[in-house]
Amino acid sequence: MTSAPVTKNLELISTGSDEDETCRTFIFRNEDHTLGNALRYIIMKNPDVQFCGYSVPHPSENKINFRIQTFGVPATEVLKKGLKDLNKVCDHVLQTFESSMRDYRSSNSLGAAMDTSDQG
Amino acid sequence: MERIKNIRTKVELQEHGLENVHSTDFPGTYEGFDDAWDHNKFKKNFRIDVVRLAGDELEFDMVGIDAAIANAFRRILLSEVPTMAIEKVFIYNNTSIIQDEVLAHRLGLIPIKADPRMFEYRQEGETGLEGRETDTLEFQLKVRCTKNVNTKEATDPDELYRDHKATKRRKPVKHHAALPNSVRAIIIGPSGSVTTKHLKWIPIGNQSQIFKEGDIRPVHDDILIAKLRPGQEIDIKMHCVKGIGKDHAKFSPVATASYRLLPEITLTHQIEGELAKKLQRCFSPGVIEVDNINGKEYARVAHARRDTCSREVFRHDDLKDYVQLHKIRDHFIFSVESTGVLPPEVLVSEAIKVLKGKCRAFLHELKEVADM
Repeated sequence: MTSAPVTKNLELISTGSDEDETCRTFIFRNEDHTLGNALRYIIMKNPDVQFCGYSVPHPSENKINFRIQTFGVPATEVLKKGLKDLNKVCDHVLQTFESSMRDYRSSNSLGAAMDTSDQG
Repeated sequence: MERIKNIRTKVELQEHGLENVHSTDFPGTYEGFDDAWDHNKFKKNFRIDVVRLAGDELEFDMVGIDAAIANAFRRILLSEVPTMAIEKVFIYNNTSIIQDEVLAHRLGLIPIKADPRMFEYRQEGETGLEGRETDTLEFQLKVRCTKNVNTKEATDPDELYRDHKATKRRKPVKHHAALPNSVRAIIIGPSGSVTTKHLKWIPIGNQSQIFKEGDIRPVHDDILIAKLRPGQEIDIKMHCVKGIGKDHAKFSPVATASYRLLPEITLTHQIEGELAKKLQRCFSPGVIEVDNINGKEYARVAHARRDTCSREVFRHDDLKDYVQLHKIRDHFIFSVESTGVLPPEVLVSEAIKVLKGKCRAFLHELKEVADM
């Protein structure tokens, strides 16, 4: 087998002789459905993507196989875009959650203050 | 068109099953819909409404996001937000009837109030059994049970010495503080209950400067650890480390973290009289209201949110054709209950940051792979 690029938690499976960049299987180590399904969703939202799916090959092996096939763009670019999009989603969710939490707190302390003034 | 819109946005509850369960809003699925990912469109539609924050419980609505991402937050809350828990127990003496290994397991499950963000993960093998001030909290439990000479002919210690029972005594923190740092054993009263209030935190290194006496302690003071009888003794030291629920459930920061979809109930016909009352009985309390207008009773959907989606209404032939039940696919009613280690709103923020961290880590690794 040809040596495929590997880092700590990510591995690219070699596509064989013709080196077609539009199809790739990635191995995500130490990941499960949590990242797998969220990333699959956001990559499937990309119109350049023909197919995207993942599997957990064995329940006691801590990894997922993540497959991307595109209509022409390199699969690594699609993965990169997916990760960036998901990162931006998290940013926005976090920001929205924290501002909603602040609003809830201020409206509640206002309500509490009004309650005491009513009693007084 | 209306039908397609329903397929895209709602899960349909039918008598014998569910329809349109999966998300189908991907590019190429529907003619005339632009389903490509658009961050601005997402920002416009997305909202979070906090419904209730009471102590350790938080309920909020997350609207305008797909189940894949909402579920990631839920899963991370359960198994990937770190907390501190007792991991190593050094048993110097244990003459109680509870076995060493069972005792160690019980201790591990005790929620420890300590901010995990202030600590690092302990690197195994780096410092051996000794923990460092940046990754370990040390607790001590040194208790001994003695006979109460003032008793007469008591047979049931719980009954006769109720006031002496260790669980009933309040103000546990002061009790701790009064003890000197030395190894004097706490004397347990006749009922012999050893609880979490007997756990004593021993600061390592500069921890005593960073944390105050009350900062590091078990969340609850009245969790029963063991029961002793006169002459029995427990003398142990514990190391508390940072970990995640994926490794062991004792590290999970939540009692529960779950979501449900917002129910939607549509009455396709006007339902009156006795049938309206019957319809009301088919749902959870408060879901259906019966209005009395000019002496006639009419059913009305008041609070669909309170429905448990039992589908009881479909068991009645005289009602089932008048009602449609749906769930809104992108409206999540989250319910998060913390174990008390961190406030629930902090846990949700941390969970979102964990998912962010995953994205960033793999983006970084993707760059490394590309450079190879």
